[in-house]
Amino acid sequence: MAEPIVAADDIKKCFGKIEALVGVSLEIEKGIIYGLLGPNGAGKTTLIRILSTLLKPDSGTARVAGIDVVADPPGVRARIGFGGQYAAVDEFLTGRENLVMVGELFNLPSGEAKRRADELLERITLTDAADRQVKTYSGGMRRRLDLAASLVGRPEVLFLDEPTTGIDPKSRIDLWDLITDVVDAGTTLLLTTQYLDEADYLADRIGVIDYGRLIAEGTASELKALVGGEVVEIAVPEEQRPAVVEAIQPITTEEPHIDERTGNVCIPAPKGVATLVDAVRVLDGIGIEPHDIALREPTLDDVFLNLTGHIAEDETVPRSRRGRGRSRQR
Amino acid sequence: MTATAEVPTKRRTHIGLAQSLRNTAVLVRRNVLRNVRLPQLLLFATVQPVMFLLLFNFVFGGAIGMAVPVPGFDYIDWLLPGILVQTAVFGSTATALGLTEDLQNGVIDRFRSLPIARSAVLSGRTIADLLRSTFVAVLMLFVGYLLGFRIGTDLGSAVLGLALALLFGFAMSWLAASVGLAVKNPEAAQSALFLLIFPFVFASSVFVPTGTMPDWLQVFADHQPVTILANAVRGLMVTGDVGSYGWRALLWIAAILVVFFPLTVRQYRRIVG
Repeated sequence: MAEPIVAADDIKKCFGKIEALVGVSLEIEKGIIYGLLGPNGAGKTTLIRILSTLLKPDSGTARVAGIDVVADPPGVRARIGFGGQYAAVDEFLTGRENLVMVGELFNLPSGEAKRRADELLERITLTDAADRQVKTYSGGMRRRLDLAASLVGRPEVLFLDEPTTGIDPKSRIDLWDLITDVVDAGTTLLLTTQYLDEADYLADRIGVIDYGRLIAEGTASELKALVGGEVVEIAVPEEQRPAVVEAIQPITTEEPHIDERTGNVCIPAPKGVATLVDAVRVLDGIGIEPHDIALREPTLDDVFLNLTGHIAEDETVPRSRRGRGRSRQR
Repeated sequence: MTATAEVPTKRRTHIGLAQSLRNTAVLVRRNVLRNVRLPQLLLFATVQPVMFLLLFNFVFGGAIGMAVPVPGFDYIDWLLPGILVQTAVFGSTATALGLTEDLQNGVIDRFRSLPIARSAVLSGRTIADLLRSTFVAVLMLFVGYLLGFRIGTDLGSAVLGLALALLFGFAMSWLAASVGLAVKNPEAAQSALFLLIFPFVFASSVFVPTGTMPDWLQVFADHQPVTILANAVRGLMVTGDVGSYGWRALLWIAAILVVFFPLTVRQYRRIVG
């Protein structure tokens, strides 16, 4: 491939005794959306902050748009956009003033900064609310404005740290579409997410990160293939679970497992609906009627279970947002 | 890996002085707008010093006034120059508040990801706070006038006196910024700063002549910067006798800036969150 637009080589970073990154190497091709997928505390935020010059790595090198992030941070900053986990917009400024300010900080002449702001406001469909103070905006509107702010400088590479965490499902899908539009314009996007469906929807390539290591990389379908595709999930009362596990053993090549969170019995469904039908027959044969039985897409949990042997714990650590709070208990 | 085969970029992109100034101007405007649009900020910044002025003048003025060593000198003439210094110093805590709030809201992350001068975010904040302090100080002079304060020198000296008090507040803003970046939390920053500031403001010549204090305290009070500033401002505005206080005040201001400007910029560069 041509020279990657983002190239990280053996990046390490510790916070005190906590090893946030233990040697991550990564190459991202120009123009694609790259999703960095992992649970809280896996090191996603630390990596994205190093690549966007907000943090210095302890060791290793990284180049963004051909420029070394440690040797020339201002050079990198001139070519990137960054959106953090919390919409970093000024409440007391209007939407338009927020964007004009960022434009002026990029040294655009005043008229050009205003034109750029108008153009972006239109793209994020915020023109009507443009002259209201941001404190009157909804969470979704703030996120859109924050995204627009990160685009003001026409970045070659855009970094978005969990762009849809904490917003409602409708706004989430709007934001996905908006993000897709942005990247059509030739920008390379690196985003972090805890959600497989988000990475699946947006990303051309996905890197799975856990305990500060990149543990798998590929397209969404490659990763799902790793997991073994679809899953049949059976919800039965706890006392019936052992019987169900025993009964469905013959129709699956792998050991059925019990989902830690829901308590449902899960088996891989390589034959899709056919496996589902088999499972229904088996259950009928032993006289168990499940509350629910369904064929579903693999989730982040499945990917993690398969790759790491543990599930992606989705704890919420709202304000320790720097990806350093590796407070997971095993 | 084509990336590692290439010669790494050695030259660092340079941000010149002109750009630093432009960046700073944009951020000053942003912070001034914040002060104007959140009226409660300006209100509390104004009401508190006016309250101090009224309380001290009317509650303690009678008793303290008798200790003022200059004959024919009203207590308000003693108090007002001191209160100007006190207001400038208290006002510097707003710098730490604003900065820590920006840190917590992720605004500082955005600024740090932009190709702007490292000092611009800090200068933009301290200069905006200087402008706010100027507004408050002028208002204090007006309230003081209503209470009977009169300039005893000339207008030029009085303006110099005001400028000196404000400049001291500006220097203290950099100290406050440093504390803010160190503790990263608005409440903690404010508590830490008041703990630091209170002894300096009260064990000084701001409210009373230091001659009434016990010897050990008087040694501290006579030599610490708030007294030196208050005496210099009083000399410039009222008595006309500045003595050595003028240059000593400037020296303190310069010393605080020389230490805390580079220190704060360094802290800002190294914020890890």
